[in-house]
Amino acid sequence: MIRARGLERRFGETRALAGLDLDVPRGGFLSVAGPNGSGKSTLLALLAGLLAPTRGSLEVDADRAEIGYLAHEGLVYRELTAVENLELYGRLYRVPERRERIGMLLERHGLWEVRHRRVSAFSRGMAQRLALCRTLLHDPRLLLLDEPYSALDDDGARLLDAHLAELAGERTLVVATHDPARLRPLASAELVLA
Amino acid sequence: MTYLGDVAALARTSLLLELRSRDTVPALLLFVVSALVVFRFALPADASDLAAIGLLWIAVVFTAILALTRAFVAEREGRVLDGLVLAPCDRSAIWLGKALGVLAFLLVAEAIALPAFGLFFAPVDGATVAAFLLADLGIAAVGTLLAAIAAVSRARELLLPLLFLPLVIPVIVGGVGASVEPDPGRYLAFLGLYDGIFAILAWATFEYVVTE
Repeated sequence: MIRARGLERRFGETRALAGLDLDVPRGGFLSVAGPNGSGKSTLLALLAGLLAPTRGSLEVDADRAEIGYLAHEGLVYRELTAVENLELYGRLYRVPERRERIGMLLERHGLWEVRHRRVSAFSRGMAQRLALCRTLLHDPRLLLLDEPYSALDDDGARLLDAHLAELAGERTLVVATHDPARLRPLASAELVLA
Repeated sequence: MTYLGDVAALARTSLLLELRSRDTVPALLLFVVSALVVFRFALPADASDLAAIGLLWIAVVFTAILALTRAFVAEREGRVLDGLVLAPCDRSAIWLGKALGVLAFLLVAEAIALPAFGLFFAPVDGATVAAFLLADLGIAAVGTLLAAIAAVSRARELLLPLLFLPLVIPVIVGGVGASVEPDPGRYLAFLGLYDGIFAILAWATFEYVVTE
């Protein structure tokens, strides 16, 4: 599903990622750990296709419609409501029966009651839950999650644990985290960036 | 139909965001009317209408820069532009949806600016109105592409006018020509040609602007 050889990414003089070799099979679950600035977010942005490698090769066997990317930021409009954001993305991703899918995700992630509230009025945790809904909306084959537990409370984290457990094995997952121990029961491989 | 549906959804989003935040259109109206008031007092009493028409075009072009500077603000916040670029829709739909939003803002600004110009100087004729409509299409097409380029760069406030003003010189030439010449037909045709060429160029190149 993912194959990288000598993958390198520079931002000017700064080398964010250096000489990375990586294989993630279909259905694999890769946990990516490492300190701040080690290149976790850069790796996920490369896999999503938002960045191009400076050097090396990268093959990702999934097109844009099959990738779900959760970034540090929510990638949602702050002045739209939760449901308006998901309606827009649902349309752009050609999600079938999107009203039902959106309702199910909002319900599951505890946002149904605030679905008509603008994102600018959301707490950081609610915004992260919405970002997860957006990422999962089109039921992607490849999930790239950059610190998905960030800002989630205990309930939100447990919900995410349950969701990841359902997806593990059925979908390919690459999850960047500061807490690899949490993912260890699910992950099939672990990458530690220095 | 899917492509047009995407464009409509993105354009509707631009308009909805403006209706809620009211950041751009009030600023455009205030700017363009203020500029006309300044010109009213700056021009000598015996200045010709031709000079005033030239100043009207300058006011509208600078108002357009203001609109374009704001065009991708909502997409920069929360990196929404990355989210849209990752979606499997044709990326040119993002440009077209946003350009339609910019066009709507310009039309609103001119709906106030042209009567205000008539009040301060002299009423504009049909050829001038037609020239502004054609100019708006070109400004929205080129300007939205350049606003996207600027949005992903660090010096965006500096970059946009530097890129935009040279490219919009033909619009000024055609617009002023259509406004002051007795036979405006060839100037209007020139504006139409500019719109067609630059709309196709912007449509075809937008994808490369927003991806690495």
